Amino acid sequence: MAALVSHLYAQHDRAALLEGRQATREPRWIKWSILTVALGFFGVFLLLPLAVVFVGALAKGGQVYLDSLRDPDTLSAIWLTLIAAAIAVPLNLVFGIAAAWAIARFEFHGKQLLLTLIDLPFSVSPVVAGLSFVLLFGSHGWFGAWLAAHDIKIIFAVPGIVLATVFVTVSFVARELIPLMQAQGREEEEAAVVLGARGWQVFWHVTLPNIRWALLYGVMISNARAMGEFGAVSVVSGHIRGQTDTLPLQVEVLYNDYNFAAAFSVASLLALLALLTLALKSWVEWRSGRALQAQEPV
Amino acid sequence: MTATPRLPRVLPGFGLSLGFSVSYGSLIVLVPLAAIFIRSAGMPLADFLHAVLAPRVLASYRLSFGLSLLAAAINCVFGLLLAWSLVRYRFPGKKLVDALIDLPFALPTAVAGIALTALYAGNGWIGRYLEPLGIKVAFGPLGILVALVFIGLPFVVRTVQPVLEDLDTELEEAATCLGAHRWQTFRHVILPVLQPALMTGFALAFARAVGEYGSVIFISGNIPMVSEITPLMIMTKLEQFDYAGATAIASVMLVVSFLMLLMINLLQSVGARHHGRNS
Repeated sequence: MAALVSHLYAQHDRAALLEGRQATREPRWIKWSILTVALGFFGVFLLLPLAVVFVGALAKGGQVYLDSLRDPDTLSAIWLTLIAAAIAVPLNLVFGIAAAWAIARFEFHGKQLLLTLIDLPFSVSPVVAGLSFVLLFGSHGWFGAWLAAHDIKIIFAVPGIVLATVFVTVSFVARELIPLMQAQGREEEEAAVVLGARGWQVFWHVTLPNIRWALLYGVMISNARAMGEFGAVSVVSGHIRGQTDTLPLQVEVLYNDYNFAAAFSVASLLALLALLTLALKSWVEWRSGRALQAQEPV
Repeated sequence: MTATPRLPRVLPGFGLSLGFSVSYGSLIVLVPLAAIFIRSAGMPLADFLHAVLAPRVLASYRLSFGLSLLAAAINCVFGLLLAWSLVRYRFPGKKLVDALIDLPFALPTAVAGIALTALYAGNGWIGRYLEPLGIKVAFGPLGILVALVFIGLPFVVRTVQPVLEDLDTELEEAATCLGAHRWQTFRHVILPVLQPALMTGFALAFARAVGEYGSVIFISGNIPMVSEITPLMIMTKLEQFDYAGATAIASVMLVVSFLMLLMINLLQSVGARHHGRNS
């Protein structure tokens, strides 16, 4: 608790310091104008959309809210979303750790290429990502005939949804870990090796404790994005109600049926997940800020 | 890829981690994307051009690129103001504002889409005040702009904020001592330092906006030639089982994605050098 207070003061103090000095402050009316415009924009563009989700969800009362969440199609969408995330997130967690270990701990040719590969899914449109899997595994795709002959369905079925989800969330864990591990350097791990620790011992006892908070946030943001992916999953899902609709697709179905209260009820679940993720991020930043302070010589 | 260590390697696991990440990344990302280029290359040129230069598709490029540029520019202005407020001023609820800046990043796009549509429709909280003024936001290009501004905001704030936090106040003090007005200090001392970060934020917001699908399609109304974005054109072709047409348009979008990624990398390396020189 004392640490939280001192951290808040540290942040508070910097702004206070800058506001106090003549060289780094603006006239009062400019400060208030900037704050009004910035916070007004924040309110209209971020707070109102968030509020409208929850107001829309509860517009017809708590009973309708609960009933729309208990609808069989919605329940199966929740189930499918959980399955897709439960496969995609661990896979990308392993990839993120492996990529971060290679990039932050070793020098090699083509490092920039691997970094670009990690960034690529961010700048590719989700619709293009979904289409690429259709070209590989769809009925007209490269492996389409072979898959059909062996009675395996990937597109318009669960495996396609999982693949699309893996694609769009591939970079998040790696993106959280790489800058942190680069900043931490490899001295601690090298010391452990010199003292006789084996590879996995180094990872479990030296690396993991240092990266655990960033890793946790990486997993949470991957999870939020995996559960919320719309465009890529929309291409490969085929929209079979109660079978291949994930939660975001179920939101679309309900919305297009003009069943707005139910659409916003399902949307509110995803909004809560997003808020939880952001709360965790703030907490992780506070923890790592504290860890940094603890490391600094007093 | 061959490894050329400058020092003898002490840490284990280089081969395993590199081998795994390269093969996994190639399987999940490269092979599918390569499929798009290979399939496009296999098309007769006339068919390819017919697909990517159709009037409706050309209109969608104009709309997607034009509005994405405009949205990124709007985000630069308001993102800078928000980052400035978060670093320089004290105000109640600052922690909450700081945390919620990332909302568009964490909130599923479909949820953002229906929320923005509900807000800006004729009977919505905001739409009901704009409609009598003759401003129609939802179900038109203006609605797309609103959605693209929403999803791009965190990128500008989160690239500018750390640079502003690290900004050496001595520069401002020196400028003030030398008689500069506050505006002159901002224009000639602070803004040049922020410029690489602002441009990176702009490029990130633009790259994200061009490919965006979920938050846009609910609010756009999807009127041919007026409010159809390029990702929607791919979707429409797919629904008509025109896989070749969809693939051709997707290859155009992929080329743009590669170019944007290249530009972002360049901007970031310029920014890193700039940052290094100042600190």
